[in-house]
Amino acid sequence: MRALTWHGTHDVRVDTVADPEIVNPRDAIIKVTSTAICGSDLHLYDGVIPAMKPGDILGHEFMGEVVETGSGSTLEKGQRVVVPFTISCGGCFHCHIAQYSACENSNPVPKQDMTETLYGHPMAGIFGYSHLTGGYSGGQAEYVRVPFSDVGPIVVPDHLDDDTVLFLSDILPTGWMAAENAEIQPDDTVAVWGCGPVGLFAIQSALAMGAARVIAIDHYPQRLALARSLGAETVDFRHTDVREALMEMSGGIGCDAVIDAVGMEAHGFAIDNMIDIAKQKVGVGADRASALKQAILAVRPGGRVSIPGVYGGMTDKFPLGALMEKGLQIRTGQTHVQRYLEPLLQKIEEGALDTTFLISHRLPLEEAAHGYKCFKERQDSWTKVVLKPGMDAHPTAAG
Amino acid sequence: MHRHSRSRAPAIAAVGIGLVALPALGYALAANRHRKGSDTAPGYTARRSFGHYDVVGRTVTIRRPREELFRTWRDFANLPDFMANLEKVAPHPDDPARNTWYLKAPAGKTLAVETTIAREIENELIAWRSTQDSDLDTEGRVTFEDAPGERGTRVGLIIAWHPRGGIASKVVAKLSGKSPELQARHDLKRFKMLMETGEIATSVRRRENEAAADRAERPTPNEEMT
Repeated sequence: MRALTWHGTHDVRVDTVADPEIVNPRDAIIKVTSTAICGSDLHLYDGVIPAMKPGDILGHEFMGEVVETGSGSTLEKGQRVVVPFTISCGGCFHCHIAQYSACENSNPVPKQDMTETLYGHPMAGIFGYSHLTGGYSGGQAEYVRVPFSDVGPIVVPDHLDDDTVLFLSDILPTGWMAAENAEIQPDDTVAVWGCGPVGLFAIQSALAMGAARVIAIDHYPQRLALARSLGAETVDFRHTDVREALMEMSGGIGCDAVIDAVGMEAHGFAIDNMIDIAKQKVGVGADRASALKQAILAVRPGGRVSIPGVYGGMTDKFPLGALMEKGLQIRTGQTHVQRYLEPLLQKIEEGALDTTFLISHRLPLEEAAHGYKCFKERQDSWTKVVLKPGMDAHPTAAG
Repeated sequence: MHRHSRSRAPAIAAVGIGLVALPALGYALAANRHRKGSDTAPGYTARRSFGHYDVVGRTVTIRRPREELFRTWRDFANLPDFMANLEKVAPHPDDPARNTWYLKAPAGKTLAVETTIAREIENELIAWRSTQDSDLDTEGRVTFEDAPGERGTRVGLIIAWHPRGGIASKVVAKLSGKSPELQARHDLKRFKMLMETGEIATSVRRRENEAAADRAERPTPNEEMT
């Protein structure tokens, strides 16, 4: 089959590799019809996530058709499914309490050691996201082996086309959980750093949950325009002192809740961020956390801090004093995707959530490397890239 | 948590008495009772040596009934399914308490260790030790106790062995790499996977890669971190 493989920093290629097959009883093989490049894939592209090996297949946002099932799978050939980016067994304590992204059994045993050493506990398995999370082959390919296929994938109705439901795999529930973690109350003013796909979905979710105002912070005009189209007010951090603007816009109170949808590769011109960029470049690898640091200063005392942005390591000069003295609550984590699939699919069907506004480019899988380059270098206009492998790439209501 | 630990004490005391002839494991198990102060940590986690013996202890919580886990473990033929360095366990033709454990050794060789069941309490505990004739001086036990609420069962594994017991012990040390703790933890995690999910997770794309990936995936964490 053809698949997008990682070979090094800023070096991804579409190669011919061996097809996947059923290995464990609960597996299914999915023929991919749509797969997206995620903002977090850029962390792999930029080489800031360790434990990548040349030849690894990337991609954790994908959907397609079931073409093969193991004896323990509950899926049937021919079904259209969206696959969550986190792999969950359904049988462990964390799956039992719906903390699916903390699944204890989906990361292969020898691979658990790395994150267990780094974080005290192993991470769960994630498709196409380094050997820290299992080394699973990802979805930017013609076919994918999906383990525990009786737990993760959701069958989607034929009248909803791929573009409408694809983002259930990651960014739609991730944006939703980000807003949920911000515990939004009516009358709240919520600030969202980063108007990439997760930030935009977090804005949409926060407004759907009843936030009085959402203020979006970014520096790409096109992305800020998308945020405005969803109903947010916007602040361009290149032209404005963000903290002062947020204080003034919230009547001197500060934001009730803040959402960092930027993560470890924050842009930003603060001096500490410039130092962090330099360190990351020379490989001493501090996470750049300028958005998060700013958010912690901007939130009101007693407010909530939600962090859907991805971090992998350590950061320094963290405003720990502000966190404690202002009595803030922090909630974060990889998304418990399975928890949100049914309710969000229902909202899509009802027309309560729009997903397709985000897609700026649709490309065949063969052009995936070009897609990565443009998504990285032209973030203003390339807001979301969807790859369509094969001839069945774009099913419609008719077919 | 505190109350739970205390309720466990009688069982530990019983084991300690049962294995009183086995110095290392006996000490590791009984250390709690002899300690001064209020430390309730398991004896084997103490920062001390256990004489001539090396001791490894690991606990895992498995969301399955205690009886089911005991039954699976007690059928020693199942153990190679999740113990990476165990090739097979063969029962003694005459003595049901005796088994020979065949451990995978380097260069395709196999190491045979004859063990006898030292103590068994149904659904709670299995303890074993090597026989006089065995090349390797080792003993171990696995315990099963209910975890709080719906969390299932706590499975504790303790293994002690005499590291200076000749060539066989050196082979075992090599088998378990730099860290026997890691090996015990990995084996218990695989047991957990098997019991909770019915399979052992792997990220290989094709069946033929499974054995190779399994070997390649088993360096020490330090090696893999680079």
